[in-house]
Amino acid sequence: MANTYEAIATVEVGSGGAADIEFTSIPGTYTDLVVKVSARNARADVIDGFQISFNGDTASYARLELYNESGAIGSESIADRRIGVINSDTATSNTFGSAEIYIPNYTSSNYKSLSTDSITENNDSFNAMWLTANLWSNTAAITSIALTTSTANNWVQYSTATLYGIKNS
Amino acid sequence: MAITYEPIATTTLATATTDVTFSTISGSYTDLILVANITGAENLSSGALSCRFNSDTGTNYSQTNIEGNGITAASARASNDNRMIVGSPSVDIGNHAMTNIINIMGYSNTTTYKTVLSRSSIAASQVAALVGLWRSTAAITSITYGTYNSQTLSAGSTFTLYGIKSA
Repeated sequence: MANTYEAIATVEVGSGGAADIEFTSIPGTYTDLVVKVSARNARADVIDGFQISFNGDTASYARLELYNESGAIGSESIADRRIGVINSDTATSNTFGSAEIYIPNYTSSNYKSLSTDSITENNDSFNAMWLTANLWSNTAAITSIALTTSTANNWVQYSTATLYGIKNS
Repeated sequence: MAITYEPIATTTLATATTDVTFSTISGSYTDLILVANITGAENLSSGALSCRFNSDTGTNYSQTNIEGNGITAASARASNDNRMIVGSPSVDIGNHAMTNIINIMGYSNTTTYKTVLSRSSIAASQVAALVGLWRSTAAITSITYGTYNSQTLSAGSTFTLYGIKSA
């Protein structure tokens, strides 16, 4: 049987950091996509948000998340591209946030529904966990994915993201 | 390299229907993952998404969830239910789309009850994480996925069952 959960590409940020983590020329041969992220950014704070864009489009997104931020839970709904939280520069050294992004039917002509889990545990007084639903209101097949931080601070060295493709047959 | 993540079956709804069943599931995997991508204008506000295993309609299911609707966070649980809630308890897809990913652990063993972890995501109305238990030691050989109150799932919705093998 064919392998149906395949690594498509991995990006590791080098010294000096990077403004975005990007996957381009994504083939349309899979059914779903998964992105696994281990990352940290240069914002002078404990955590930051991070956001996604497909095919270079920065409009037409919606978000609804359930969060636990240092023990306070809540929920919010906003029309933006943020999909989760990530560790920043004043978080405990050597800690990187983790996230998994699931994108079903990324080549379909329907709007794209995303599911993302992200955490910033760093043994500090401020930590966060987000469970997020996002919608990209666009019927185009996804051919590129870019991850940027919400405050436009760079991803730091050793931040990594791997894109996987899953086939349903 | 060994293949450890395999598609077992997939369905795309040609017409709206109340439930989807995967049957004759082999016992050759360790865990199962069911991925549902539901589209359309269904308002399932009284119809949480749910599963039954092996057509068991007894009160052998329980679940605990945490959820957010964009304004407030809440949690809930239910015991001795006749099906397992695996998706957002209040679903207004709002002509958008939702993703429901259900992990079923140790589905083929015949010594323990079966546990489930699930995530559902609808940007229009609700995000939720759920855990469930089916109090049966039988191996799971069929899964029926639908809404709690038999509302319909829209045409175009897709459902894929994957099997995962341990080493």
